[in-house]
Amino acid sequence: MKLPRLRRPRRRRTVVALVVAGAIVLALAVLVVVTRPAGVHTVSRFVAGTPESDGRPVQLDTTLYLPASAPAPAILLAHGFGGDKTDLDTQARDLARAGYVVLTYSARGFGKSGGLVHLDAPAFEVADGSKLVDYLATQVSVRKDSDGDPRIGVAGSSYGGGLALLLAGTDHRIDAVGADITWNSLQRALFPNGAATGPGVFKKLWAGYLFQAAHGSGPTDPSCGRFAPDVCAAYQRAAQSGTPDAAMSTLLRASSPESILASITAPTLLIQGEQDSLFPLTEADANARGIAAHGTPVKVIWRSGGHDGRSQTDDVRLAFQSWFDARLRAKGSESSPFQFAVRGAGLSAASGRTISQTRQVDAGYPGIDGRPTLTETVTIQGRPQQISAPAGGNPAAVSVLPQLGDALDAAQGAGASNPFQSISSLSGQVARFASDPLPDRMLVAGASTVRLVVTAQTTTDAILFISLHDLGSDTDVLPSGLVTPVRLTGLVAGAPREVTLTLPSVVRLIAAGHRLVLTVATTDLAYRLPTDPRTYTVALAGGGTEALTVATVDAHTVRPGRPLAWLITGVVAVLLVMAGVAWWARRRRRASKRDPELAEVPIAIQDLGKEYGDGYRAVDGVTFRVERGQVVGLLGPNGAGKTTILRMLVGLITPTRGQIHVFGQPIQPGAAVLSRIGAFIEGPGFLPHLSGRENLRLFWEASGRPLDDADFETALQIAGLGASIDRKVKTYSHGMKQRLAIAQAMLGLPELLVLDEPTNGLDPPQIAEMREVLQRYALTGRTVMISSHLLAEVEQTCTHVVVMHKGALIAAGSVHDIAGNGRMQLAVPDPARAAQVLAGAGITAQTVPARRALEDVFLDLVAGE
Amino acid sequence: MAVSDNHRTEAPTRRGVHERLGVLPPAGEPVPFDPRRTLPLRIEFIRQLKRRRTQLVALVLLLLPILVAIAFKVGGQQTSGGAALVDIATTGATNFALFTEFAAIGFLLVVIVALFCGDTVASEASWSSLRYLLAVPVPRSRLLRQKLVVSLTLSFGANLLLPLWGYVVGGLFFGWAPARSPLGGSFTTSEAVTRLVIVVGYACVQSLVVAGLAFLLGVMTDAPLGAVGGAVLLVVVSNILDSISALDPYRRYLPTHYQYSWLDALGPTVVWDDMLRGIGLSLVYAAVFLGAAWVRFQRKDITS
Repeated sequence: MKLPRLRRPRRRRTVVALVVAGAIVLALAVLVVVTRPAGVHTVSRFVAGTPESDGRPVQLDTTLYLPASAPAPAILLAHGFGGDKTDLDTQARDLARAGYVVLTYSARGFGKSGGLVHLDAPAFEVADGSKLVDYLATQVSVRKDSDGDPRIGVAGSSYGGGLALLLAGTDHRIDAVGADITWNSLQRALFPNGAATGPGVFKKLWAGYLFQAAHGSGPTDPSCGRFAPDVCAAYQRAAQSGTPDAAMSTLLRASSPESILASITAPTLLIQGEQDSLFPLTEADANARGIAAHGTPVKVIWRSGGHDGRSQTDDVRLAFQSWFDARLRAKGSESSPFQFAVRGAGLSAASGRTISQTRQVDAGYPGIDGRPTLTETVTIQGRPQQISAPAGGNPAAVSVLPQLGDALDAAQGAGASNPFQSISSLSGQVARFASDPLPDRMLVAGASTVRLVVTAQTTTDAILFISLHDLGSDTDVLPSGLVTPVRLTGLVAGAPREVTLTLPSVVRLIAAGHRLVLTVATTDLAYRLPTDPRTYTVALAGGGTEALTVATVDAHTVRPGRPLAWLITGVVAVLLVMAGVAWWARRRRRASKRDPELAEVPIAIQDLGKEYGDGYRAVDGVTFRVERGQVVGLLGPNGAGKTTILRMLVGLITPTRGQIHVFGQPIQPGAAVLSRIGAFIEGPGFLPHLSGRENLRLFWEASGRPLDDADFETALQIAGLGASIDRKVKTYSHGMKQRLAIAQAMLGLPELLVLDEPTNGLDPPQIAEMREVLQRYALTGRTVMISSHLLAEVEQTCTHVVVMHKGALIAAGSVHDIAGNGRMQLAVPDPARAAQVLAGAGITAQTVPARRALEDVFLDLVAGE
Repeated sequence: MAVSDNHRTEAPTRRGVHERLGVLPPAGEPVPFDPRRTLPLRIEFIRQLKRRRTQLVALVLLLLPILVAIAFKVGGQQTSGGAALVDIATTGATNFALFTEFAAIGFLLVVIVALFCGDTVASEASWSSLRYLLAVPVPRSRLLRQKLVVSLTLSFGANLLLPLWGYVVGGLFFGWAPARSPLGGSFTTSEAVTRLVIVVGYACVQSLVVAGLAFLLGVMTDAPLGAVGGAVLLVVVSNILDSISALDPYRRYLPTHYQYSWLDALGPTVVWDDMLRGIGLSLVYAAVFLGAAWVRFQRKDITS
């Protein structure tokens, strides 16, 4: 009889629903990504700039980036030396997407713009900047503060940063300034002097490189390129003589922010690179002091990278963006006024490499607005040392080379020996004064100072290069590769002169146990060196020891976020889940409906049913009872539901309908009454890596009951494995495992024994033995329930029978009743003669072969062996 | 209640067990039974420790540091440029232990934890012994709990064994110099021990995610390989997604994002931020997975 499928299988429906939902979500995500607003709209034009000194007009190549919404504040971006407006394309697009009108342009003398390079001279480049502000004031998309005064910020790196500061000092329509890695005094940057007594040593490699970078093909002579003639002439004079003359000094001063710092009223963001030998941190320091002295808000960021190192342009753009958001749009919160990066202070969790950490000082930049600068004192020692400068300035020590700083720096790794050691520190040219190992780690942030006594043996001036080294047990690191040149003039040959020198401004975390080493050298490849051979004597001002004043900063690490919230969430989640599971489990446990009337009935099954998700009914409304001392056979063809009933009997499967009571207790998974049942269901289950004896013992001990209750002797005899009991179960045959499993079911001699096809795989003597065991078992008042589809077996072994077919109960009762009337048999030794006798008496008789003759014969044969 | 009166009383029975049953006392009062005392931990430990795979895992963990030490001795010190821990791996015992931990934590320890936790229920199902345990009866919740405790103990034992044994091997091969921090500076012995305890403890908590998922998969499927493989697959996929920086604000919620945050414990001071986040995240994932495993197992029809 075929059951009609009334509805679709439940399981398949959920799967289909999930797939459709997933597809919809995926389609939505793709749609959102694809229809994101497209790129920014750009307008490229030429804007008229300031004409050249000979009257020739100059056109500046500009590009305007328009955001989605108007009107918006404007940002003027200026590029670095030797580049043009295309360098700023990515930055401009990102800022435009953030909602600004961005104007990028190629400065005069670069890219497609006309004119000559005047090095940010006020009359030319800065005037161009003002003209561009006028241009922006005419744009409709730019927000205006008043007529002709747009809301505008200026930002740039290096050359562009200088322009930003100079423009802010001259044109007061500028509302906010961002200057990255730029200078304060071009003369001090190109002719640095650690003794602060006039112009110092010419930074020849950087100056020459910069001169070359702007060289382009120009209308004037090949040696000057696109430089204005006065700039070019000044540079060439300085390069030949090594000192700036008056004309050059005037020129450099006009092009430096130091001349107009007093008139900057727009809030300024100063970013400076820690790996920068062209414009070191001291330039930003001077800018900050000058601007803040007139009450203008200043924020300072010292970032890793700079002219010598690779920098993350994203970090600079983000800093500019948040600065302009706060100042031009009053959006977002202000972070702390001073931030700096400490290299090698953290470990990246992604790659395991050292990374830099950002620290911030909430109080603000030390040295401005009346804040004190923090210093620590470290004692260095050393006797006076003689050092010499070679003739021709050759060989010269290598500290850092323009654009190659990163490569050299990488070589000074944490643990490796420096491959450039031999050329960065040349013997005979270097005097060293070392401190004792530091007891604690120390953060050096800023420029340290020291007093030395210098004696020039044969000359009236001295050129030295001082630096601070970090000496570990097997490492010698020059932080950022920076040295400061010192130029002392007006000396008397052979007479000592005491000077206070400023060391390079660096940021470094010195580990405990490392030493600080003050190094004084006579050569450096990046600077212009004297050609005559010289000798100096260098000593510490305090005799054998001297106090080195180390600049430091009291800062805390930026640690955004609230990590404790995560931990609390985790603990709460654990507690919630535990409570939820416990509550749910308790709710599921039905109120134990003990039935005291059934306390003596081993099994009472009432209207039991099991229906699966697809509508298939394995057991359908089965009701029967089993009394004490019975051997009950559960009979039925394959698929009748016998095994399902037995699994439900021991709580492995939950019925969908009906109840099972064993000794009056309802059956649930884990019910205590199951301890009174010994089960063997659908085959043996042993741990193959343990022996049979260990399996039995561990099984019994898993029940928590004392070992004596198990009656191992009986069980082992039932199993009948002999010496094999101590071999690993994986070596057993199926029959051995079967017998052992039945013995395991009998451990502790349970009151109810449930066996599912126990004779499966046993040979006839074992089957007969099993039959006898089960019958004797029942005689002791215990109950046995066997399921089988072998009719003959059930008839022989059982006292009662329950017959099932396709999940329903067909018949239940004693074997005697069901198997029909007990037909009697008469056994005679000579059947043929008996038939004759009966025929003579008039009774028809028929000889039929005796039932089960083969089994009798076979058993006799085997028993005799 | 009659034994069927037939001609089987003369059946050949050699061993005479039924005679023994004949002199049994009849079934008396039912023995008191406490489901809360089933499946003691000691029994479950014996069942798991004698398995071949437990012994193999121990062997692998013991061999690994020795192989790494030999590799370093033969190949020489790696030049800088790699992870900071590699550069100082051969300076002493503690640094060597830290390096082996760093190298193993991404994959090897994941596989080991998945193996112990995923295989424990699924292998019982595959041996068909799960149904007999449940019929003892061991309550389902208690079965899971005992198995989880034993699996986690073995997993944490493996987590602990590797750095400890790495310490011993590092000391024998490279000497007992005090620990050096990859950020410069060195630790005293007590500091080094504290840091190592923090590192191992954090690694154990992080492995709870894999343990939870493997346990859930072991309960859901009856195939041990599916459980172990599924948990390892999760870790691999999570690592792949974690390396895509475009996913940035959401990467923090990936289960393996804070896997290496124990590196923060190796600086001059211990930075707890990322470790706290990692612990919280692991607890959430583990709670969800294990809760699902419990619920699933309570409702499941055992057909294995």
